[in-house]
Amino acid sequence: MDLEVIDKIADRYKRKESALIGILQDIQAQYNYLPKEALLHIRERLSIPLTHILGVATFYNIFTLKPRGRHLINVCMGTACHVKGVVRILEKIERELGIKTGETTADLRFSLEPIRCLGCCSLAPVVKIDGDIYGKVKQEKVSRILKKYE
Amino acid sequence: MIKLTIDNREVEAREGATILEAARKVGIEIPTLCYHQALTAYGACRVCTVEIIRKEWSRLSTACTYPVQKGIEVKTNSEKVKRARKMILEMLLARCPNVKKIKDLARDMGIEKPRFELDNEECILCGLCVRVCEEIVGVSAIAFFNRGTEREVNTPYEINSDVCLGCGACAVVCPTEAIKAEDIKEIRKIPLWHTELKKRKCRLCGEFFAPEVEIDFLKKKDARLGEEIFETCPSCRKKELGNKILYTNSRRRKYV
Ligand code: SF4
Ligand code: FES
Ligand code: FES
Repeated sequence: MDLEVIDKIADRYKRKESALIGILQDIQAQYNYLPKEALLHIRERLSIPLTHILGVATFYNIFTLKPRGRHLINVCMGTACHVKGVVRILEKIERELGIKTGETTADLRFSLEPIRCLGCCSLAPVVKIDGDIYGKVKQEKVSRILKKYE
Repeated sequence: MIKLTIDNREVEAREGATILEAARKVGIEIPTLCYHQALTAYGACRVCTVEIIRKEWSRLSTACTYPVQKGIEVKTNSEKVKRARKMILEMLLARCPNVKKIKDLARDMGIEKPRFELDNEECILCGLCVRVCEEIVGVSAIAFFNRGTEREVNTPYEINSDVCLGCGACAVVCPTEAIKAEDIKEIRKIPLWHTELKKRKCRLCGEFFAPEVEIDFLKKKDARLGEEIFETCPSCRKKELGNKILYTNSRRRKYV
């Protein structure tokens, strides 16, 4: 790991503990997750206990300590999508990728995570991949959608 | 000084004192679980809930965090308080049905069996261990991680912490005895924190008396004390000191 990258991020926030969330966001943007080595380095740079860093990192859902895939699949588990049979879509994706919800494929291509109501219930069932929204998803369409992401 | 009434008694307290402190000073008992006078109040357990009436407006709040105010009327045992405290203990008991301290407090409130689904936790997430480790010991080896129902106290990455001294202060303050510090020959263990540390041998009696990292930590804090004191167990230290005093006294003042 290039620790200079981490240094730059810490310096950008003047190495202040009050900016910890911003620092962690930037690290996560860089690596797609919060690598342990990076957090240990931040501890030295900011001279703060590791417990403070991990307290924040495990509190917010946006942070993850495990490597995430290059593409994030969010399956909407909101009420409308549930009624419209999203569970079958989710199962189809799980089968297709050979992973369970909350896991990442071995080739780091996809991470699969549930989400609560994306706010476009009229399109239910809804699947979001990175920034793209897929509405009225049918089981047969799943593999074609996944193929678009490398 | 600030004047207020607690359970119909006129009480005076210094500005900035909490209701709990004011009450304890005059001997009024309020139950607590997450409070320790040496640590920052945290308001986690809610067991110290009291009723506060101010300008005819009644509210419930935690006595350990609420600063005294002029003219307020505090009730530590009103119906409203009892109802709230009972509910709080019922929930705590459902979480920790096998913890003696919780069982006793709940029984005091007349609860034998909670209506809720039982868990089997020992920790009530009071945060005393986290606070003593940060505020008194000064290493912050443990902390709260995760959120909501997942919230727990642990070490980073749930492995042995590289800053834990094995001092056992957390085990001392824990109200539920969820933390156990144990000594197995030359090893100090705190299983909950995955801590296993080698202890140092006393240069006089040969007993293993404290974790090496703890001693080195203290040494760094006060180097003036000299090397020897850090190689000697507390009871040998006392003996040595006693002998020194006896010796000098007998020479100087012929007391013994
Ligand atoms: S382990 Fe004990 S002291 Fe620490 S939070 Fe839990 S109950 Fe409180
Ligand atoms: S329930 Fe899925 S978008 Fe609202
Ligand atoms: S003692 Fe006041 S909230 Fe725990």
